[in-house]
Amino acid sequence: MTKNWWKIIASVLVLYSIIGGLLIEVPSLPILHESIRNLYFHVPMWFTMIILYLVSVIYSIKYLSSGNENDDLLAVESVNAGIIFGFLGLLTGMIWANYTWGDPWPNDPKLNSAAISTLMYMAYLVLRNSLEEEQKRARISAIYNIFAFPVMIVLLFILPRMTDSLHPGNGGNPGFGGYDLDDNMRWVFYPACLGWIMLGVWIATLRYRIRKLENSQLDS
Amino acid sequence: MNLLNQVKFLIRKEIVLEWRSKYAFNGILLYVVSTVFVCFLAFKSIQPITWNALFWIIMLFASVNAITKSFVQENRGRQLYYYTIASPQAIIISKIIYNILLMLLLSVIALAFYSLVFKNPVGDPLFYFISVLLGSISFATVFTMISGIASKAHNSGALMAILSFPVIIPLLIVLIKLSKNAMDGLDRSVSMDEIGVLGGINVIVIAVSLILFPYLWRE
Repeated sequence: MTKNWWKIIASVLVLYSIIGGLLIEVPSLPILHESIRNLYFHVPMWFTMIILYLVSVIYSIKYLSSGNENDDLLAVESVNAGIIFGFLGLLTGMIWANYTWGDPWPNDPKLNSAAISTLMYMAYLVLRNSLEEEQKRARISAIYNIFAFPVMIVLLFILPRMTDSLHPGNGGNPGFGGYDLDDNMRWVFYPACLGWIMLGVWIATLRYRIRKLENSQLDS
Repeated sequence: MNLLNQVKFLIRKEIVLEWRSKYAFNGILLYVVSTVFVCFLAFKSIQPITWNALFWIIMLFASVNAITKSFVQENRGRQLYYYTIASPQAIIISKIIYNILLMLLLSVIALAFYSLVFKNPVGDPLFYFISVLLGSISFATVFTMISGIASKAHNSGALMAILSFPVIIPLLIVLIKLSKNAMDGLDRSVSMDEIGVLGGINVIVIAVSLILFPYLWRE
């Protein structure tokens, strides 16, 4: 119980954000209308993805300095979980874009960047599959992971800010927090982010533990 | 031998090796020229925006092909020998510099031939030329490290494309924008942001390569 308290908090927060996100009053804005509720689901997916990729890079660095097989397993399972959240982020974004911008895939730099960074992490998984020897696979994929991370940061946070974008907070647009987020929404949005991030980490650790069990079965 | 001497020595070795066979460079040159020609026959006349995009696509594939060789062509025995006489930093620096030189030469020839075949008005030719040079330097720095990673796997040709394309796309976006600005003859101060981002990415990539290459090298 002492170890699992944060999992309970994660479930409660996610449940609260779903129920609260659908029921609590939101400001009625032009174009957005009720679809503004998607903010509680779309944005936390990206935060979770970034956090999971960050965890993965940290464990890749740890692997290179320690050579501990478990660090490598944690790195790859974080990427696996991160990719799921990346796809969910794309999916929720496409639904939202379809109703507010009139097109599920408008030519928006942030969208393209997100898709490319997902490709990058899928390339990481392909690279892992192409290497058979375990230690070599761990080391080389860790190197690629660390190499790709700064490029992903440029892709997601710098390039979209340089051009016109439909997303708030990019290309000179005001950020979402500036105008549209009222206090009611903050009470749902921040817990939602926290809850989804913890849920993502939980998924990654579960997958890591399954992999570790499989490996120990193979050894015995 | 200190680092600078090692780097100089290794670059000279790369150039001498290339000069003796002339295989890689001539091969790539022929690749670029025939690709440009295929595109010319396919397109005949071309819109300015397509002209720019097509040039970068040709350069992208040519540079992937040119740089993939830089690690694959050397067998394990020779790599082991380098390992005993030079530091890993010297090896990656020399490879990056050599690839930059190769790409600069290649892109100049490619640009000359491309604009000879496809006639297209460029507003600010000098600035376009500079953006092409910047592009070839960026391709060289990014692809050198990735070819090192890909060379460790079995199917390195296909892997090289998979690993490098997502990483190069941000650079490519900036490059296409920069060269488009030059093509339209916009004022040069407009493009300073792009040049800054390109320089920043290159510095990051070279720094990360220097840190990571020793781990890649060790086997």
